[in-house]
Amino acid sequence: MAKVKLATVWLEACAGCHMSFLDIDDKIVGLLDKVDILYSPVVDGKEIPKVDVGVISGGLGNEEELHLAKKMREQCDILVAWGDCAVFGGINSMRNFMTPEEALKVGYVDTPSTVNPEGVIPGEDLPALLPKAIPVDYAVKVDVYVPGCPPDAETILWVFQELLEGRIPKVPSDMMRYD
Amino acid sequence: MTTVRKLEINPVTRIEGHGKITVHLAEDGSVSEARFHVTQFRGFEAFSKGRDFREMPEITPRICGICPVSHHLASAKACDSILGVEITPTAHKLRELLHMGQVVQSHALSFFHLSSPDLLFGFDADPATRNIAGVAAKYPDLATKGILLRKFGQDIIKTLGGKKVHPWHSIPGGVNRGLRKDERDAILKALPAKTADAREALELVKGYLEKHKEEVRNFAPLETAYLGLVNGGYLEMYDGDIRLKGAKGRIIDEFEDWEYIDHIGEHVESWSYLKFPFYRPLGFPHGSYRVGPLGRVNACDDISTPEASAELKVFRQAGEEGMVHHLLYYHYARLIETLYGLEKIGELLEDPDITGSDLRVTSSEIYPEGIGVIEAPRGTLIHHYQVDEKGALTGVNLIVATGHNNYAMNKGVESVARQYIKGPEVPEGVMNRMEHVIRCYDPCLSCSTHAVGKMPLKLTVISATGEEVATCVRE
Repeated sequence: MAKVKLATVWLEACAGCHMSFLDIDDKIVGLLDKVDILYSPVVDGKEIPKVDVGVISGGLGNEEELHLAKKMREQCDILVAWGDCAVFGGINSMRNFMTPEEALKVGYVDTPSTVNPEGVIPGEDLPALLPKAIPVDYAVKVDVYVPGCPPDAETILWVFQELLEGRIPKVPSDMMRYD
Repeated sequence: MTTVRKLEINPVTRIEGHGKITVHLAEDGSVSEARFHVTQFRGFEAFSKGRDFREMPEITPRICGICPVSHHLASAKACDSILGVEITPTAHKLRELLHMGQVVQSHALSFFHLSSPDLLFGFDADPATRNIAGVAAKYPDLATKGILLRKFGQDIIKTLGGKKVHPWHSIPGGVNRGLRKDERDAILKALPAKTADAREALELVKGYLEKHKEEVRNFAPLETAYLGLVNGGYLEMYDGDIRLKGAKGRIIDEFEDWEYIDHIGEHVESWSYLKFPFYRPLGFPHGSYRVGPLGRVNACDDISTPEASAELKVFRQAGEEGMVHHLLYYHYARLIETLYGLEKIGELLEDPDITGSDLRVTSSEIYPEGIGVIEAPRGTLIHHYQVDEKGALTGVNLIVATGHNNYAMNKGVESVARQYIKGPEVPEGVMNRMEHVIRCYDPCLSCSTHAVGKMPLKLTVISATGEEVATCVRE
């Protein structure tokens, strides 16, 4: 049987969902018998290829992340949102109570250890911030939601197993976590 | 010299975060400048304002899912000082145990999952196999040991904090859970085998460094000062003084954590969301220095545990005056610290305090300011909070570990670019070498984009007038 092609990406997030994926530990070896990871922070692919399953962890906070989410949607058949940031917006959306300019000023001008007499705000060759940090499905259609901060390794593995069986998984309530 | 072209690598892969590299070429095709950009900003310092300071040990770990324990602990220490309390010996040791679990898991991830493919297969190997799956296929025993060493650290974190990523254990004034004797015994039982596995990885790296002396010497050479915590001169990860040691081995400065603001400043560049910390008396960029495993083992006099101490002596033979500057020695230093972490876990577990029940000190005081500094796996991490009389945050300042290495990462990328790039044609192996410069520092770009965030690569060539001339993409 041909291997299932997988791409994963982390957008506006802490990497914790990908760490939770690695917490399936040595079960990853069995998974790799059935799945080819073609694009992911843990392998060396630079462009998202056509895949069966795409996974997004993290929400959308800048232009590049928005672009990557759209690209991932185009390139995959089934799109999975991993973790609270991708599903709900998560901790990033705490910045929605202020404008991006206000948040940048705190980070690059106001903080006491910053030495920035000219008030330089980063932006050159960098993606511009979106007005609000948003969950993935504000921008593109999501097929499978896996909430949690992060979701358990067992839950992540279960989702893959369901997909490999040809089912679109709905995470049951006892696997949901809201911390 | 006029910049004619710009090359871009986006994303940089097998690093923990989001970044890209651009290389600017002059008219004759030589490299005029190279930059490592961190491309994400999230704004924790801004959006935490107004929250109750007691929430910070839960909010700030979300800066980074790779070393959430570092933020959890630095934050808890800052909260302790707002309350004006000294935590109990049991709480102190349990926090250290949690921290050592993280040092082991994070260093194992950096070495086995992310960097070992380059060392085992070579920088020019096929990108499709140059990853942990490739290691698992060719060296299944080593890959399994690496995966399970990381698991050992993660399991300690889960035992104390309830889950592996974003655990909940430290609270202002102490910890919320003790360690049972059966839990202690289970960790102790597994420890000797894990120490043996760490030793095996250490021998692998030493063999690599010995066999590739030429590459080691010429790989992005850079001499810098080093910063790290010390305790009575010994390497320290949880609580100590901040020491800056010069490139030739002279101690330039040593100060307490609450004095950091007089000693460390952060420079801002328009092209990166990651700031550039520097030693204030020397200014930027002259006052730049390096942190993390190489920083700590260079900054300290010695290591307090016997096996790691013996290994440090061997390590130092590679440098002059005991100072080792080779970038690839970061891997060696990281594994010495892994050994230290495992020995320290043994020490802590043998201490009767570790299963004590005196976990928390309470206080009704709220002081206006709190600072917490620890050594995260990637380097010195500083949390600094200001609060009003009710405990609502009025100011938050975070200097993350990866930031301190920002200047060195840029210089290193530039150095490889100058050495290998002679025009717009860039072989894949050269791109990978530039990325490996960054991998050596094991940056946590999620942290860097608390302020820092994200790291995929693509190489773009840019003309003197700013036009894109060509793009090299790794497929």
